Amino acid sequence: MTVSPALFLLPGVLFFAVYVIIPIIQSFYISAFEWNGLGELSEQGEYVGLRNYQELFTDRAFEVSLWNNVKWLVLYLLAIPAGLFIALFLNQTVAGIRIYKSLFFFPFVLSQVVVGLVFSWFYLPREGLLNAIISFFGFEPVNILGDPTLATYGIIAAGLWPQTAYCMILYLTGLNAVDPEQVEAGRLDRAKGWRMLWYVILPQLRPATFIAFVVTIIGALRSFDMISVMTNGGPFGSTRVLSFYMFEKALSEYGFRMGYGSAIAVVLFLIMLVFILYFLWTMVQDERASRN
Amino acid sequence: MFPIPIERRSRAVQITYQSLIPLALIMWLLPLIAVALFSIRPLADFTSGNYWGVPSSFELFTNYSRVFFDSDMPRYMLNSVLITVPTVIGAVALSCMTGFALGIYRFRGNLLIFLMFIAGNFVPFQILMVPVRDLTVSAGLYDTKLGLVLFHIAFQTGFCTLFMRNFIRALPYALIEAARVEGVAEWRIFWFVVLPLMKPAIAALAVLIFTFIWNDYFWAIVLTQGPNAQPVTAGITAFNSQFIAQYHLMSAGSIVAAIPPVAMFFLMQRHFIAGLTLGAVK
Repeated sequence: MTVSPALFLLPGVLFFAVYVIIPIIQSFYISAFEWNGLGELSEQGEYVGLRNYQELFTDRAFEVSLWNNVKWLVLYLLAIPAGLFIALFLNQTVAGIRIYKSLFFFPFVLSQVVVGLVFSWFYLPREGLLNAIISFFGFEPVNILGDPTLATYGIIAAGLWPQTAYCMILYLTGLNAVDPEQVEAGRLDRAKGWRMLWYVILPQLRPATFIAFVVTIIGALRSFDMISVMTNGGPFGSTRVLSFYMFEKALSEYGFRMGYGSAIAVVLFLIMLVFILYFLWTMVQDERASRN
Repeated sequence: MFPIPIERRSRAVQITYQSLIPLALIMWLLPLIAVALFSIRPLADFTSGNYWGVPSSFELFTNYSRVFFDSDMPRYMLNSVLITVPTVIGAVALSCMTGFALGIYRFRGNLLIFLMFIAGNFVPFQILMVPVRDLTVSAGLYDTKLGLVLFHIAFQTGFCTLFMRNFIRALPYALIEAARVEGVAEWRIFWFVVLPLMKPAIAALAVLIFTFIWNDYFWAIVLTQGPNAQPVTAGITAFNSQFIAQYHLMSAGSIVAAIPPVAMFFLMQRHFIAGLTLGAVK
């Protein structure tokens, strides 16, 4: 009885430790070195203490990346109200509604690479549909991904597409479970529209909203694929985020600075850790509450 | 039900709603529709600037057969299958066991191990990148499918354990108690009592992990290179540089790359959504 749980856990924990837990600790360690990734760290690496982190303070590209992460984080959250809006729109029982729900949802199952490509063609100045529509209404065409001030927003808009679909499906499931008696009681109290939504519906959608928050925040900070595919960090490095800049520093033609890259990864990790700890804390609270 | 069911509204509202849905859907899928329309045009339309008019000829079969016969696309697709399927099997198998251990037994450190799995599942990939790449290179698994599979199994075990543990917690515990009273061995309880009840969870996880892994790009470019081992998400960039600026072929290529997870979703919709929205309802 006492050894059984250990045996059942062993393979999973072992895999997870080797590929996830230990690498996190190693990255912290590597970030104290100047190392090009060749040979052993202990032989080829040069110990530099906190110098990599000091360098971050004067690195313009790091600053731009960090700001872009903030933009991603804030604007990505729009997926939550947008998803709720579409869910409310589709929460009906007319003929064929199930197919509509699936079709609204399915951008989520496309890979971010495909979404990135689809949108970069959509934005093309000459061949893109967006500019075809814009010029149909008599405006000048815009080269969204070629403009350093617009490019990041263009990529975020593309990212919002599958993310909104995800939030929508969470809310559709949540709306399905809303207690009809409470809604009727609300109607008797003459609660309508916004008031009904705010005071009766949204409190019942709390679990869906929580999951939507978790996946949207993690998704925003993980953004990499679309940036890599749509602009490769450009124009002039204006669309870099920390995850992308780290990759550039450690593994691309811009150099093999494993230590500096790891320092960037550590910063990103610490930002995410704040959210992760908050999520875990909430989950533990919920679990305690449901047990009593 | 909220909002008010449309059947209870006036006829005019109903008609407006019925005609609004398809319009909204077209707007929503517009970028994708554009790509689909590109993929049936001939090259001549692009050189003559006829992007949105009537296609000068209908080239669906020519374009898509070129994707299959003139490029490495089939190889990349096969790689994706050979990476995704073993990962699904591995991650589901491991997490059935971890989920069982964390869901059924009470022991010190249970919650801590569970939280470790959840937390690990949320970390940024970049904090793992250098050590995992190093580990894979020194194990001689760089640029192999096995190298990718092993990492994916390990990482997905985090999410899968969260899923399985919560699912097992919701099963009737009396069933296990009864088996124990009968003196059934623990592994037999796992195999004959709990596992059959986990079928819906296994199905839901399998389709979810399939799409997650099929769509992975980051680890594909970190741990592999070239058509030997790279999955289609990474291969598509090579495909696009082979057919640079030939939008009709690039469009067809990315539609082909997107089909397996989309097909998986439409075929296994109920399981997929059940998995994705687990926890969205209390």
